[in-house]
Amino acid sequence: MAILETEGLEKRFGGIVAAHDVSLAIEKGARHALIGPNGAGKTTVVNLLTGVLRPTAGRIVLDGRDITALEPHERVRLGMARTFQINQLFLDLTPLETIGLAVSERLGSGGDWWRLVGSKTAVTDDIVEIVERFHLADVMHERTAILPYGKQRLLEIALAFACRPHVLLLDEPAAGVPEAERHELLATIAALPAEVTVLLIEHDMDLVFSFADRISVLVNGALFVDGAPEEVARDPRVKAVYLGEELDA
Amino acid sequence: MTPLTGDVAAYLRNRARWSPLEIAFWIFAFATIWLFPGKYLILKDTAILALFALSLDLILGYAGILSLGQAAFFGISGYFAGLVAKYGIINEPVIALLLGGLVAAALGFVTSFLVLRGSDLTRLMVTLGVSLMLYEVANRYSNITGGADGLQGVEVAPILGRFRFDLYGRNGYVYSLIVLFVCFVIARRIVYSPFGLSLRSIKGNALRAAAIGIPVKWRLVAIYTAAAGFAGIAGALLTQTTAFCSLDVFSLDRSADLLLVLIIGGTGYLYGGLIGAVIYKFLQDWIATLTPQYWQFWIGLVLVVIVLLGRDRIGAWNEAARNALYGAFGRLKPRPAAVGSER
Amino acid sequence: MLTILFDGIAYGMLLFVLACGLSVTLGLMNFINLAHGAFAMAGGYCTVVIVNRLGVPFVLGLPIAFLVTAALGALFERTLYVHVYTKPHLDQVLFTIGLVFMAVAATDYVMGSSQQFVQIPQALQGQFNVLGIGMGKYRLLIIVVCGLLTLLLQGILTKTRFGSRLRAAVDDQRVARGLGINVGVVFALTFAFGSGLAGLGGALGAEILGLDPTFPLKYMIYFLIVVTVGGTSSITGPFLASILLGIGDVAGKYYVPTLGAFVIYAIMIVVLLARPQGLFARSAAR
Repeated sequence: MAILETEGLEKRFGGIVAAHDVSLAIEKGARHALIGPNGAGKTTVVNLLTGVLRPTAGRIVLDGRDITALEPHERVRLGMARTFQINQLFLDLTPLETIGLAVSERLGSGGDWWRLVGSKTAVTDDIVEIVERFHLADVMHERTAILPYGKQRLLEIALAFACRPHVLLLDEPAAGVPEAERHELLATIAALPAEVTVLLIEHDMDLVFSFADRISVLVNGALFVDGAPEEVARDPRVKAVYLGEELDA
Repeated sequence: MTPLTGDVAAYLRNRARWSPLEIAFWIFAFATIWLFPGKYLILKDTAILALFALSLDLILGYAGILSLGQAAFFGISGYFAGLVAKYGIINEPVIALLLGGLVAAALGFVTSFLVLRGSDLTRLMVTLGVSLMLYEVANRYSNITGGADGLQGVEVAPILGRFRFDLYGRNGYVYSLIVLFVCFVIARRIVYSPFGLSLRSIKGNALRAAAIGIPVKWRLVAIYTAAAGFAGIAGALLTQTTAFCSLDVFSLDRSADLLLVLIIGGTGYLYGGLIGAVIYKFLQDWIATLTPQYWQFWIGLVLVVIVLLGRDRIGAWNEAARNALYGAFGRLKPRPAAVGSER
Repeated sequence: MLTILFDGIAYGMLLFVLACGLSVTLGLMNFINLAHGAFAMAGGYCTVVIVNRLGVPFVLGLPIAFLVTAALGALFERTLYVHVYTKPHLDQVLFTIGLVFMAVAATDYVMGSSQQFVQIPQALQGQFNVLGIGMGKYRLLIIVVCGLLTLLLQGILTKTRFGSRLRAAVDDQRVARGLGINVGVVFALTFAFGSGLAGLGGALGAEILGLDPTFPLKYMIYFLIVVTVGGTSSITGPFLASILLGIGDVAGKYYVPTLGAFVIYAIMIVVLLARPQGLFARSAAR
């Protein structure tokens, strides 16, 4: 059963068509990758899914519910969270505060103005679980701005994960992470709970083929090929348009 | 309980604990009642200005909203308090004060929807526009407000029916100081709460805040409304303690001076407004004895110099002083709740 | 009725000359200059001094006011403003408000707090009567001078090399730099010219707007309205906004005098709510 579906999604900016007739179906629990050459419209699709952009046409269904018209924060509450290609963190907060913020928000106490942060044990327990899962315990009291890039990248994912999404959108999670810190990051991504559906937007073919069980290829804003990794790898059209381009480069 | 759980829980518990320095600050503040008996008037003005600056810090320092119109809330509540006292509608000052705050908060709630759209410049224009409109309205209905001469004949009943506003201003000062303290405690709870944390996240990165499920717009509406309430309480205090209210409560100078107060003290850590108010009043008193007429020139010079030197540098000086003090007290480290001065 | 329209247009054109420099600085450097009115005031006082005290003819006084304030603008731009461009909006607001306060107090100190009048030649006083419409000669002069200036500005912006550089810099600073345009110099010249225009406006407008040390504070909001309502992407926007504002203000003060400037503020807020980028801005969707 598909947990996240789009039907004929389209986005135009003036005369430019950034996404055209994108119909995706992402199965529950899948490790689904969305790939495509630069400028293919991958990030546009993510922005449409999460509500940063409004589609010109088409609809988005999450868990059987039409979310096309909802605000970004409402989509988060319905169980879809994302990370950003370029870190979008709260530089003045510590990782502990950052995660505490997201956890409080999810457990419904984000609007509390009288209670202190973490006065509920449910919040504390959840923070601890996430800090450990994402290897942030040793830096949790530092200001985010001064963390090493790899840790910031982990926090980027931890923050989305702290919303306890059913569907997690990872936008190029490994981009720019130095080799030494890469292993920890990839291991953490691989260890995400199986019940969380992951949509991975990636450039890095090694990561895609080692992680994904299904791949969609986006070219010029339109869905090009959709299938299991072996099929996609064999598909001559993909080789021509996408992998071929990689080889040339 | 794992060690990590204990660590996290202890950290979150201690985050909002009152430090010895803060306690010392407030002990000293209340000690001034006996220490400087001849200075009640300026002390009282300082306390009111501090509360007003606190209200601006909540929106500027914590939520990043640039406003030149905080005087609108100060003024509307000031007139409210003056009018209800003059016509004997509400005789208990404390109740009038709270209602004044509510009136200002209501205005804040309504205007927040105008303010929260658009860029810094649009916000500046709209906040300024709202306070100037109120100025024109107050001027238009001068039969009610007294127009340019101000609201005359305000007589404020004793506080709680017992404490008169005496000639030396002692009760007025004690009253103002207690109100300031209560408002400060509330503001302090707010900034250490999950709500306060979410405001700081919105200021830091509104895009991401929405992406983790924070209803950005409503949070900003809420804090703008609350800050308007605090500003309103400050305005009502001024009217009650001076038994007077004039058009100048709505003036641009008032909002601009307020920015200066906050900049002197530093934004984004509640005490900024308080310390700024003390320094500002002290400076004003001192310069006014030198050149009473051209006081404005020196304010302007201070603003220009502060910007040219760089607010972060002044913030750094500020932080260094705080760290030194914390070092002297030697126990608790300064908490990260002090947001780095806004850059 | 038509007289109001006429007065409104004169007033609006005056506002445009006063505010157009501000619009360009805002558009070019995204800089909020609340002290723009101080330059206008400088122009006004400069004229008062040279015309009333030194006996220079009024017609000569205007270009001198322009030159003096332009020089003043260039001086301030190079020594002070240049440090503040890259700072956040809060700093810009604080800095320029500080300048306004200093200008107000300094003028008060030097010239006194009372209102000043420029001696206008006899020939420019009085009214024409055309088809039953009373037209003040002085206001007609304002319309003519400001109209010519507007055409001149439009010409500079669209026809000259400097104009195209300026427009390039407004559109995209990085690209402009890449094309070898010295954005700093373009900005300094524009700032000086804009200040000069403000000074000229202040000199011309002293008669209509009144001239006393609080001038920069009193008219700051008007300039800002012109800029925010008109948008900063062209000079046509601020021009139309000025005319509308001028007519609106004159009509408002004539028909509902007790409300003062309330009408104008209300209109501004409504416009900004409907079009946060300004009434005449290019459509945001690109």
